[in-house]
Amino acid sequence: MTTRRSILQTMAAAGALAAWDTPLRFAFANVPTERRLVVVILRGALDGLALAPPHGDKDYAATRGVLALSTSGTNPLHDLDGFFGLHPSLNTVKAMYDAKQVVVCHNICSPYRERSHFDGQNVLETGGTGPHVLQDGWLNRALAPMGLGDGEHALAVAQTPPLLLSGPERVTSWMPATLPTPSEAFLARVQRLYASDAVLSASLTSAIALQNQAHAAMDDPAARKPGATGAYGDLTPLFSGAGKLLAAADGPRVAVLDAGGWDTHFNQGANDGQLARRLQAFDQGLDAFKIALGPVWSKTAIVVATEFGRTVRPNGSNGTDHGTGGAALILGGAVNGGTVRADWTGLGGAALKDGRDQPARSDLRALFKGLLAEHMGVASVALNSKVFPDSANVEAMRELIRA
Amino acid sequence: MSLDGAIAVHRFGLGARPSEIERASHDPKAWLLSQINAPAEAPAALDGSPLKSGGALVVEMLQYQRDRAMERRNGAGGDPVKTFFKVKAQEFADELAARYAHGFTTDRPFAERLVWFWSNHFVVSAQNPRATTLVGAFEREAIRPHITGKFEDMLLAAAAHPAMLLYLDNAQSIGPRSRAGEFTGKGLNENLGRELMELYTLGVDGGYTQNDVIAMAKILTGWSLDRSGANNGFAYFENRHEPGDVRLRGRTYPPTLDGGMTAIRDLAHDPATARHIARKLATHFIADDPPKDSVARLEKTFNDTGGDLHALARAVVDDANAWKPGPGKMRTPVEYVTAGYRLLDLPKGDTAEKQVRGAVAATRLMGETPLAPPAPKGWPDTSDAWSGPDAVLTRIEWAQQVGQKMPPGFDAAAIAELGVGPLLQPATKIAMAQAESQSDALALLLSSPEFQRR
Repeated sequence: MTTRRSILQTMAAAGALAAWDTPLRFAFANVPTERRLVVVILRGALDGLALAPPHGDKDYAATRGVLALSTSGTNPLHDLDGFFGLHPSLNTVKAMYDAKQVVVCHNICSPYRERSHFDGQNVLETGGTGPHVLQDGWLNRALAPMGLGDGEHALAVAQTPPLLLSGPERVTSWMPATLPTPSEAFLARVQRLYASDAVLSASLTSAIALQNQAHAAMDDPAARKPGATGAYGDLTPLFSGAGKLLAAADGPRVAVLDAGGWDTHFNQGANDGQLARRLQAFDQGLDAFKIALGPVWSKTAIVVATEFGRTVRPNGSNGTDHGTGGAALILGGAVNGGTVRADWTGLGGAALKDGRDQPARSDLRALFKGLLAEHMGVASVALNSKVFPDSANVEAMRELIRA
Repeated sequence: MSLDGAIAVHRFGLGARPSEIERASHDPKAWLLSQINAPAEAPAALDGSPLKSGGALVVEMLQYQRDRAMERRNGAGGDPVKTFFKVKAQEFADELAARYAHGFTTDRPFAERLVWFWSNHFVVSAQNPRATTLVGAFEREAIRPHITGKFEDMLLAAAAHPAMLLYLDNAQSIGPRSRAGEFTGKGLNENLGRELMELYTLGVDGGYTQNDVIAMAKILTGWSLDRSGANNGFAYFENRHEPGDVRLRGRTYPPTLDGGMTAIRDLAHDPATARHIARKLATHFIADDPPKDSVARLEKTFNDTGGDLHALARAVVDDANAWKPGPGKMRTPVEYVTAGYRLLDLPKGDTAEKQVRGAVAATRLMGETPLAPPAPKGWPDTSDAWSGPDAVLTRIEWAQQVGQKMPPGFDAAAIAELGVGPLLQPATKIAMAQAESQSDALALLLSSPEFQRR
């Protein structure tokens, strides 16, 4: 049966640039840099221990329980250095890591120490020392020092620029022209809302079942065409479209992508399941991004960050709750990678914050400052005063970018 | 803010604009009744240009038919068909846009709901290419002026509007024994005669026969279009009218325009019509399967007042069953999207034009294009029609898109308090507080059962 939905999915899977509506008109101007800086915000608090499992830690298997990933068996994790690894879904990231184009950071967090998504994202995006201390985004404040404040060279891949890119400097935005596909986590939340409504609940249950069937059909290797990407739909069009825009000679130099669906309180899954599928969508998105960027990949650095980490131990519903420290990634052809940077203190009880969270041993602002300085040439005076006020004591990370 | 205020705004209105629940809470019934003291306003085109009258559109349509005939005879020239329908499709899109935009901002949402109800009763569908051009004019001219008037006047205005005469083929119906009929050999078209009884007055179980349908069709012969646009495009052609008196449901009507108008007024006052309209109105405002006592009260009001639509609207407002809290009916797609836009005082981050086009596209994906139902029966008015799996998922997708389009810095919880207020369920509040982002919190609110329903 052909439904509207299956047609949309086929279109999305077929490469997505059918939805290419190019609202952007780039004037041929002298762009001050050839480099590309991309910030990917994973909203909802990605579980850093699922992204980059410390499988060599003596307490890893015991504390993670049902969520523990293994180096053997079906769908094993990707080992990086004998101690840290990558989630089995992250084939593209692993290949990039092997090509020395990925830095994995662990035990990292913004200065925010509470556990509200809204406030956590506010701190992540404003670059302030606490929620609502600053009113605009650090990346917007960094545009003028980068010489990119003309409204043409900073791109939000979103319906509306997120706080990270909002502020005094003009920016542009683009989104594939389709309705967004809600993540499994979001649909699960809606489904719980519908518990009291028999009609809505039955309809949503059956819609989700149909969607899962579509996923299963796309998972079937026999059904997959060579070179086809985007089995889980919604991130590939986003990344691929953004990549094409960034690849243009006079196109944007800075871009922000936004991807939700990481708030895995229920049935998170280990090497398979909800989070594994979301990570796979993300991994495929990165692959599409790299392909779309073409030669510009070598001039690109991408930072992937989330508002905070999640609890180390699984909760009562095989998920994880809001935590503190987590993981972040830096990827790209310009990145000086192939390393894991972690001030690792272990997963034993005493090492955990409040007995439950990964500690925050380094500050995301240090990572952002390092990238802005080394990759985009922003002077430390601007970084410490304008971009990240009150951050002189947060030293920028070094040697993130290939010399 | 009172619960009754919130029910007034959501169940009888179009969803809350900022501070609307507060205004309604003072005296919810008075707030509703104050909106229906005058005919409904006509919407304005987004670009401020005047929307065309039925008469003007008839002139264009008949001119087009002559042009096309000429082109065909000449066997040359451009393609007037394509051009004409392209223009007409654009005109329909403009009419729809004006109607949506009016719904997003009107201060008389109850009056607008009545317009939508009656437009979906006296259906002219844009899906019929001959009517596409005229559906907007039809609603503005036949429906809006009469929502607080007499049912018979609305019925007559609808039956005599060129949109209806084209949509249900009466413009071509010719009495076989009339002068025109004997000259051309053409005859009756029963379409309008039947629907006038089945859909617009007596109802399908209203006790009419096939003979009644034929009688009504004869009565309507000669009701057609005025080429010059005079009389807003309506003309009565005596030479097409079937000669001789006609008997219908125990009464006799002479073969004149007045005779036809009397027949239509008599149908409007038929007890079966009162029953039919009472049930439809109760189904729309109270429940998919409305309580019998509510239907009976509305029926009595209709009979007692001779079909006074103001009294009828008032009777719905006065009906205790209409104020019961708890899950109400599913909003239709256009009601749902409109409620969302009102809640946000229009979604931010898009131009007015884009907002409206987005809303039209969204309701279409959810299964409804107003003024363009697939059949003269109109769009369904029960929850099951709008709550299928794909429709529900589409609503959730739309809710997410609206959330994502909002510029940062809004507070979804505050929007919920202000716009849903006493109807907000604890489960929704909790889910919103735990959402991954403000966008998702807003999307959860728009997806919630209390927002899907009214």
